[in-house]
Amino acid sequence: MSLIRYQVPELSNYSPTDRLATLRDEFNRLFDWTAPSRDSGFFSGWTPALDVYDDKDHLVVKVELPGMKKDDIEISMHDGTLTVSGERKTEHEEKEGQSFRSERYFGKFQRSLTLPTAVDAGKIKASYKDGVLTVDLPKAEEAKPKHIEVSVS
Amino acid sequence: MTANLTKTEPQKPANGSQNVTFTTPLANIRETKDGYVLEAEMPGVTKDGLEVTVENGELAIVGRRAAVTEPGRSIYRESRGFDYRRVFELDPSINSGKITAKIEQGVLTLNLPKAESVKPRKIAVS
Repeated sequence: MSLIRYQVPELSNYSPTDRLATLRDEFNRLFDWTAPSRDSGFFSGWTPALDVYDDKDHLVVKVELPGMKKDDIEISMHDGTLTVSGERKTEHEEKEGQSFRSERYFGKFQRSLTLPTAVDAGKIKASYKDGVLTVDLPKAEEAKPKHIEVSVS
Repeated sequence: MTANLTKTEPQKPANGSQNVTFTTPLANIRETKDGYVLEAEMPGVTKDGLEVTVENGELAIVGRRAAVTEPGRSIYRESRGFDYRRVFELDPSINSGKITAKIEQGVLTLNLPKAESVKPRKIAVS
């Protein structure tokens, strides 16, 4: 009989399958990765910058969409995936006069995001201010952090 | 001549000693009958955070983001939180006293009218 107490190996660093899964995810991520270009370059189209915040019982998604009309922005939620899409239209069609610089992108865009937690789709709110779209997604009850009292009996 | 307006200066700190980082706003410039129209994308900037200055034939636009408290812990970020700055060389034909600016949904629009003297003028033949 050994005098040293047997210690259960820590699960987090003793699971070769877990590690392989992590490696696989990393590779998938690598191949899925597309350059998040902010330029309105020839290939990149328009990829508006997107930020995600996590509050206790909310997720907040912010998308930079300067110069849009409120009605040209569409937000949808399906199967835990939030999609923001829309179209920015040119305001002036005047062909007279020369264009010296044309860096802004006009046309369609779409961003999709798999949300890290379940949200209450019926309570999603969105606002558009100063060219920034803010989507407020209240977490579903089951995804909210819960405080569990330890009862002593 | 007019091409001067398109010349952009690389980002540089507003003040030599400070090393402030700015984002270059994307811009469109087009010529109209009476002058030029410049549009620059500055999402997150309100009227109060806007600074447009003309000095030594240079037009500088600075947009400071309105201070917003972050709505939680940031878990994913693509936007760059920096303020915006970009400098353009003004064409001498522009009447710098008559430049007007407005900002709407994060897009700054500057109207840069040409001086009367350089506008094409029709001369009636008598």
